[in-house]
Amino acid sequence: MEYEAVIGLETHVQLKTRTKMWCGCANEYGADANTNVCPVCLGLPGVLPVPNAEALRLTALTGFLLNCDVPSYAKWDRKNYFYPDNPKNYQLTQLDFPSTITGFVEFELGGELESVRINRAHLEEDVGKSFHFADYSGVDFNRAGVPLLEIVTEPDITSGDMAYEYLNALKSILEYGGVSDCDMEKGQVRCDVNISVRPIGQQELGEKIEIKNMNSFSGVRRAAEYEIARQIEVLEEGGQLVQETRRWDDDAGITDSMRTKEDAHDYRYFPDPDLMPHRPSKEWLEAIREEVVELPLARERRLMEQYELPAGDADVFVGDAALGNYFEEAAKGLKNPKQAANWVINNLQAKLVETETSVADLKFPAVAIGELIGLVEGGQISSKIAQEVFAEMFASGKSPAIIVEEKGLSQVSDSGELEAFCREAIEANPGPADDFRNGKEAALNFLKGQVMKASRGKANPQMVGELLAKILNG
Amino acid sequence: MVHFLTIHQLLEQLRAGELSSREATQACLDRVEKVDGRLNAFISVDATDALAQADAADQSRAAGEDLPMLGVPVAIKDVLAVKDQPLNCASKILGEFNSPYDATVIQKLRAAGAVVFGRLNMDEFAMGSSNENSAFGPARNPWNTDCIPGGSSGGSAVAVAADECIASLGSDTGGSIRQPAALCGCVGLKPTYGRVSRYGLVAFASSLDQVGPFTKDVRDAATLLQVIAGADEQDSTNVPEPVPDYSAALSGDVKGLRIGLPREYQVEGLDPEVKAATDAAVKQLEALGAEVKEISLPHTEYAIATYYIIATAEASANLARFEGVRYGARLDGADPEEMNRKTRGAGFGEEVKRRIILGTYVLSSGYYDAYYLRAQKVRTLIRQDFLKAFEEVDLIASPTTPTPAFKIGEKTGDPLQMYLSDIYTISCNLAGLCGISVPCGFSKAGLPIGLQLLGKPFGEPDLLRAAHAYEQATDWHTHRPNLD
Ligand SMILES: [Zn+2]
Repeated sequence: MEYEAVIGLETHVQLKTRTKMWCGCANEYGADANTNVCPVCLGLPGVLPVPNAEALRLTALTGFLLNCDVPSYAKWDRKNYFYPDNPKNYQLTQLDFPSTITGFVEFELGGELESVRINRAHLEEDVGKSFHFADYSGVDFNRAGVPLLEIVTEPDITSGDMAYEYLNALKSILEYGGVSDCDMEKGQVRCDVNISVRPIGQQELGEKIEIKNMNSFSGVRRAAEYEIARQIEVLEEGGQLVQETRRWDDDAGITDSMRTKEDAHDYRYFPDPDLMPHRPSKEWLEAIREEVVELPLARERRLMEQYELPAGDADVFVGDAALGNYFEEAAKGLKNPKQAANWVINNLQAKLVETETSVADLKFPAVAIGELIGLVEGGQISSKIAQEVFAEMFASGKSPAIIVEEKGLSQVSDSGELEAFCREAIEANPGPADDFRNGKEAALNFLKGQVMKASRGKANPQMVGELLAKILNG
Repeated sequence: MVHFLTIHQLLEQLRAGELSSREATQACLDRVEKVDGRLNAFISVDATDALAQADAADQSRAAGEDLPMLGVPVAIKDVLAVKDQPLNCASKILGEFNSPYDATVIQKLRAAGAVVFGRLNMDEFAMGSSNENSAFGPARNPWNTDCIPGGSSGGSAVAVAADECIASLGSDTGGSIRQPAALCGCVGLKPTYGRVSRYGLVAFASSLDQVGPFTKDVRDAATLLQVIAGADEQDSTNVPEPVPDYSAALSGDVKGLRIGLPREYQVEGLDPEVKAATDAAVKQLEALGAEVKEISLPHTEYAIATYYIIATAEASANLARFEGVRYGARLDGADPEEMNRKTRGAGFGEEVKRRIILGTYVLSSGYYDAYYLRAQKVRTLIRQDFLKAFEEVDLIASPTTPTPAFKIGEKTGDPLQMYLSDIYTISCNLAGLCGISVPCGFSKAGLPIGLQLLGKPFGEPDLLRAAHAYEQATDWHTHRPNLD
């Protein structure tokens, strides 16, 4: 029998806000334990939560980026469970009226365009972090109350590879939108994987197995592959799968059982009476919708089409959004945008890396790249001189025309002046001159080089070639 | 005799320079010293801190400053957070906990110049109607120390009625201000839900709790409400409605004011003496020009059940934080779960545990729809009953409690009987209304009886006007228990 896998992902992402979800404490990683805390995020008696407007905004923005609806009514619920890292012993989350619902994420997989439906992206609060020492445990509450977005897919994923590519696409969307830094090292992205298998053709889903708390995308891929194979093996051997929660052991490369459905929590959700429902206004939503940036995949496709760029160039501009924006600015009105892409990728990007600066630090406007290309195309400077001009642009921010003018770099196209250079070269190098006269065409390049050298690169190379030939052929 | 003064009497003397805040505060402290051994209204008093505040108030006044309550000693229920003072909620579970912050109402009191002092006894976590559920022992009724003072804000009522303070703050979730005010013979006001910030009020039932004043007369209730009411950015459920001038509302008369008497409130178990006293009070209001008519609140009989589902559900989550991890008393266990069980098992009293279990049950998977969800629907119906009634009348009058104060221990074995003592007060919280209890007589045994007036949401001015007019026409509020 042939089996297929059905996978759904729940991804928790920390939002990039200045402060925590309900209080004014800094949302900051790496501070000393229990320094970013206050009565509210410690859950001291008597405190009340006040929603962070920035977190609400980023949630709605995420909704738009994930093609979701942002309903006009959302509410908060308490999820009750005891754990030392959970300050109130209930977690504020959104159960049945989340902030965003029903969207999708598109990405490429093996050259094909794939789509995974999003069930919802709801807002909740992170909990503290437990540390276990030799004979006691401690909790750091710096993370408690950090806004957390839980992004839940429909069970549309069919393989470990697909899960992996979905997660990468999701990460780049969230980074692109400025919603989260998605730093895995800092625990800003965590993932629960729900996997079942069923015989192909069967409608009914198999027993759902959840793998909790994955913190790397490659781990998700490996765990999914392992788990699919394991489940199929169990079924093929005539065994039965039970709904359970399993743990991924990254070193051993296996999953093992944590708990079965029987000891599942009853979270006793109910609406939080301390918070009013969130009713976003049309104006508020429209203002956020205007901030929505183009998604990576869509941008790549558009760059290739609109500017006729090869996939490699488009990739670079999608990977570095600021550089991409700079390119689009530079390419405005250019006949051959590929040339601008070459300058931005080959010269500008290299210079930025070398000087450890960013596009935001640039002293010259993007339009200067177009001017530089114009000078080369118009024959005012050679492409070699253009490199020199670019270096100066980068250093001083002066416009290419001014640099050429000030440094006297303008290409010599005056035939009288050029002829003098050519005659000097021929006189100084009688050997190669004779070679050319005797039919050795390549000797001309040598003489051309001498002229270019004598003119310090300013001679118009095409004219030099023509003049030399004319004189020698006399 | 300074401790007998009302807020407005004391302010008059302070402003005239006839008295200092230190003298007034010392008088209250002396009174506590003298009578509280018998009454147990205070869990603790920080006299040094109180006198330091009084001295600061006197210096401000000497410097020409005047504030709405400058130098007036106000005692605080042990459920409100006061910076660097113990916060126990009359429970063992908080251990030696001191609050690191001031509740918003405390900040407002300080800003108005009040001297904030004392931790007033109460039912543990505000759960109870008799103040018997206190880890610090029961508070006693100053009119008869064998009797309960009511609850949960028992200490707040006793301290005012026995002149151990000039005024006090309590909290009201289902009658916890009005009921003890009635049983102790003082004025207790529960503001409209959202009128007063809950930030720093340790939550029992978040959708029902409201902080309010206990005072010796209605004018003082207006003054104290004025100070504590108003918007607060730290409480999302606070309503940004402008705060009217409550003292100005006192000057009007009650001519033409329509007062409703709910048909459904003529219940079995209503004590004849209480009925007679409150009937007479309504007659008095009628004589002052109010129009009295019968109204109907058809869902009244479901109020207590609804209340005990919603309040306990919210409480089961609100009290989950008390497990000894971050603060309070802790009993160690082999793992976090055992630590939780031991700490909570030993730390909470019987009634609190009963309500946590009930609340946990009504939220459990499989029972949620039948209990919690249904209770929310009934709550909406109860609210609609009132809003409909308020189309016909301006205020609703009733007894505050079905009986005068009962004996300590009399109902402890029968929680349901105890819950029934809140029958007239509970709906007000479910419907988000405002309410006041004013003294309206005494039983033959010499125990106070209270008249309850309920107002529409943000209808405090009407409430205060009627209560004040009634008070002006009677002298019940001037009676004092004999504690000498
Ligand atoms: Zn905080």
